[in-house]
Amino acid sequence: MTETASTEPAVPFRILPALTDLNREFWTAGARGELRFLRCNACGYYNHPPTPVCPRCHSKDLAPHTVSGQATLHTYTVNHQAWMPGPELPYVIAIVELPEQEGLRLTTNIVNCAIDDLAIGMPMQVTFEHHTDGEDEIYIPLFEPEA
Amino acid sequence: MSKFIEKSTVISGVGQSAIGRRLFRDPLELTLDACLAAIEDAGLTTKDIDGVATYPGPMSVPPGFSGAGVVDVQDALRLELGWWSGGIEAPGQLGSVINACLAVAAGLANHVLCFRSVWEGSAQGTKGRASTMPGGGGGGSFRASGFMEWTLPFAAPSAAPWIALMAQRHFYEFGTTREQLGQIPINARKNAALNPNAIYTDPMTMDDYLNVRMVSSPLSLYDCDVPCDGATAVIVSHVDTIPDLRKPPVHVEAVGTALRGRPSWDQFDDLTTMACRDAAAQLWGRTELTAADVQLAEMYDGFSFIALAWLEAMGFCGHGEAGPFLEGGQNIARDGGVLPLNTHGGQLSAGRLHGYGFLHEACTQLWGEGGARQVPGHPEVGVACAGGGPLAGALLLTSHR
Repeated sequence: MTETASTEPAVPFRILPALTDLNREFWTAGARGELRFLRCNACGYYNHPPTPVCPRCHSKDLAPHTVSGQATLHTYTVNHQAWMPGPELPYVIAIVELPEQEGLRLTTNIVNCAIDDLAIGMPMQVTFEHHTDGEDEIYIPLFEPEA
Repeated sequence: MSKFIEKSTVISGVGQSAIGRRLFRDPLELTLDACLAAIEDAGLTTKDIDGVATYPGPMSVPPGFSGAGVVDVQDALRLELGWWSGGIEAPGQLGSVINACLAVAAGLANHVLCFRSVWEGSAQGTKGRASTMPGGGGGGSFRASGFMEWTLPFAAPSAAPWIALMAQRHFYEFGTTREQLGQIPINARKNAALNPNAIYTDPMTMDDYLNVRMVSSPLSLYDCDVPCDGATAVIVSHVDTIPDLRKPPVHVEAVGTALRGRPSWDQFDDLTTMACRDAAAQLWGRTELTAADVQLAEMYDGFSFIALAWLEAMGFCGHGEAGPFLEGGQNIARDGGVLPLNTHGGQLSAGRLHGYGFLHEACTQLWGEGGARQVPGHPEVGVACAGGGPLAGALLLTSHR
């Protein structure tokens, strides 16, 4: 189970990702407030979900690269079904698209936004939710309306 | 002979087990019931069956998702096989049937028994679908990996929200409405009332649809199919064996299996459509027939929106035009519609037989064996389409060549 230090505000239960060499920066760079994607050093292509070889130029020279943290709300759903213990119902699942590359998207949750205020196309920005699990400090990238 | 070798294959027989919300029967028994019924329907015996294909093969998770694998059936019926294949990596559930067509056309087998067997109703029991989600709905030390790494941490473990995201994007781009989408479940329920094997047969009105509880907007409970127990089997045979068959078979006119976009629920290039776009385009490139020739469509409705995407992909209306096409429901009506849709009730009302139910129904209709739900006017051309998201496989079928 996720352990929450008593000095921090309680965070909802989440199923956390298994960390690997390829995805570690994505899930942990939020500690520095950064959203990072694996990117090809040879051709500049953001390779997400991360794989060991660039899908565009087949280079193996890939490294995490920090993006702006901005995004556009591409689509969303207001989820009313209790699939698992987690956020209070209903909660918003969304796909956001990042400005850095056409079609570079993330499935995420929208926070700090009234459901009635959601509109496809609205500008969003990343915010992180911190979880400690054993040795791992994981920062889940969530999105909120741009300030 | 045409260069498209699927034209040398036919569907010679179909069969189904008992189907129910929760049967609490041995899933292998259900599987064998369906297989033996299909073999008998084709006028064959187990000695004639020299191939077996299935989707997805043996799996213990999610519970009830697979009732048997190829070798279970091969051993249970003591089959002697020239070819066999089972697996989840395929162009949708009917990809297994298309594999069988290719094997028959290649001469590896003459009569391939294809089956799909589910017992999700019993396996889920009273615990509901959430009990089948990765992590068991409980968590503990479970960590998400693979493609679920990108959805589970956001409490999106089910295809319901994944498809809802696509539906919402379609609504946004094209002005599609819930009233238009709702014609798919309402039509399915109307047809299910005439199907003695359907799960839900009570009439459903537009008010019922609009007022039922939401699952993931814009998808409500009635946009989601119903888990059930049951098995479906079909026999794929070579055209050269037609003299050995009990009845004139259904001909495989063309198949579609393409996957050209990213195999992902959120990275696919256009979230208002799915892999069905590419499978359908490929299918139409393998036949002289066109969408205008099709007289009935049996299309995957694990969620209503998937059937909408198939309608557009197959060209029964333009991309983005399914809303107006569905408006009022007349176009898809079993009796008098330009394109009778899911004439058995689909998975929405006849149960989540997972792809094979659509092929079973298309053949049943083309044989004129639909009973009370038979499409009037002796339809001769139909399609069976299965799979959503990155999964898509389709067959164009004719009652004679």
